[in-house]
Amino acid sequence: MNPVSRFIGRYALWIYSILAFVFLLIPIVYTIVFSFNDSRRSNIVWRGFTLDNWTRVCDAQGVCESFLNSIVVGLTATLLATALGTMIAIALVRFRFRFRSGVTLLLFLPMATPEVVLGAGLAAEFLAAGVQKGALTVILAHTMFCISFVVVTVRARVAGLDPALEEAGRDLYASPAQVFMRITFPLLLPGIIAAALLSFALSFDDFIITNFNSGAFVTFPKFLYTAAARGIPAEANVIASAVFFIAIIFVVVSQLTSAARRKRLAREG
Amino acid sequence: MAFGAFSSTATAGPPPVDAAPRKRSYIALLLLLPGVLYLGLFFLAPLLSLIITSFQAPVDFGDIGQYQTAFKWENYTTVVGMYGEHIIRSFFYALLATIFALLFSYPLAYFIGVKLRRFPLVQALGLTLVIAPFFISFLLRTLAWKQILSDEGVVVSALKAVALLGPDAHITGEPVAVVFGLTYNFIPFMTLPIYTSLQSLDLRYVEAGGDLYASPARTFFSVTLPLSAPGVISGALLTFIPAAGDYVNASSSFLGGRDTQMIGNVIETNFLVLQNYPAAAALSIILMAAILIIVGVYVRRSGTDELL
Repeated sequence: MNPVSRFIGRYALWIYSILAFVFLLIPIVYTIVFSFNDSRRSNIVWRGFTLDNWTRVCDAQGVCESFLNSIVVGLTATLLATALGTMIAIALVRFRFRFRSGVTLLLFLPMATPEVVLGAGLAAEFLAAGVQKGALTVILAHTMFCISFVVVTVRARVAGLDPALEEAGRDLYASPAQVFMRITFPLLLPGIIAAALLSFALSFDDFIITNFNSGAFVTFPKFLYTAAARGIPAEANVIASAVFFIAIIFVVVSQLTSAARRKRLAREG
Repeated sequence: MAFGAFSSTATAGPPPVDAAPRKRSYIALLLLLPGVLYLGLFFLAPLLSLIITSFQAPVDFGDIGQYQTAFKWENYTTVVGMYGEHIIRSFFYALLATIFALLFSYPLAYFIGVKLRRFPLVQALGLTLVIAPFFISFLLRTLAWKQILSDEGVVVSALKAVALLGPDAHITGEPVAVVFGLTYNFIPFMTLPIYTSLQSLDLRYVEAGGDLYASPARTFFSVTLPLSAPGVISGALLTFIPAAGDYVNASSSFLGGRDTQMIGNVIETNFLVLQNYPAAAALSIILMAAILIIVGVYVRRSGTDELL
């Protein structure tokens, strides 16, 4: 290959990738821009810039209520799923037991099952058991699909843990509880936090499973689905944009700190 | 499957320590039991109730939505007869979305995983941009595309101006919009696993291909692509499965129309609107069975240890 075509080849991939990034960002930018739209009824045509949607975000009916519902559901489901998933992750790495591949399969299948099947299945179960749909059934459903993702995330962290550190604790006459609280848990914490953030994000944005199991209870995505037929208020764009900025800040901070840590380790090592 | 691609810690650290003690297995049991019971109660039991529901028959002289346990296997032939078109359409749309997502993602994943390898911070930025769509509501980003692709939008007017689109043609409400939406929404699921594969690709193999006078195309098809195949397969499954079951993109308040309804839409309507639970359950079981066959082939090839 001659240098000219090699240069063009490299250049083409750069151009393609930059265009691809722009393409991925289009609906995000659109959503954020239209959170500043001076829309009166329908937020479809651009009518001019305003900050009103941001300063009076709770004025639109149902936006803030559904947002708060999503936060409560997300926090509760995250707490439950993180606890259950972390325990499984520790067991999977640290212990050998029979039915190991059975447990792995049981954790894998919820991730491989289409959401509509998970949603309809739970709804059929709640129907058969006579359980009234509402906040509780949504939390139960969200916890279920978050567990597997927690296990995947925390397991990697447990596997990377040096058992010698815990042995050192035991050698110094620490009780098993002390070893766990002083050594194991702090070392696992970054993985547990990552898993909790992932769970919260999955729960917060879930619509399909929620729609089957929420009854009259309205989460933020469900509010959007119902409102989509008659037009989404600009205040919903405000909530989504704010969530987007918070999430991006989280990701950037975590990447910068892990980059700094890698650099420090590289210098010391 | 490369679900680990979604966690930043997945690739860090040494491989799993296999010095796991066999003794004290009651602790393992205590750790496993709550989570396993939970999944039994809220994952396996629901699947079982779907199977039971799918065979139910209407209560004699009962109201709408009242069914009793029966073995009415005709429910399956009925739904296949009524909704066969939707079932085929779902898999066809999902397949198209998977192919488009692969074509879109491979060069991008190669760029981030190989070209940006020497610049860790830029690489991290590239990955953040790929997952950025996850941070804005799934429904809102789909609605954003609906507005952009609407009849009054820029895209339609531009295409009409250059006569690529007829004067009465639409994009939204048509199959093309649904496949487009499915492709866009699941691109990150395709890009991340391919990236993970390419990130660990040893470039000396690629150089060896060049040293042995293979053309760049030959090197790509006999070295790079086979070495990144695990990522491509994971990505294809991660895109195909949610796309086949999706009903947001195809819904007529989003990108679809009357003639684009997929299996998910029919399950939703039958369950939540018509209260025809047996039909919804039978359709769910059909979808689940199709997915299980695909996943089963994958599990046989990779083994259960590689799953998580």
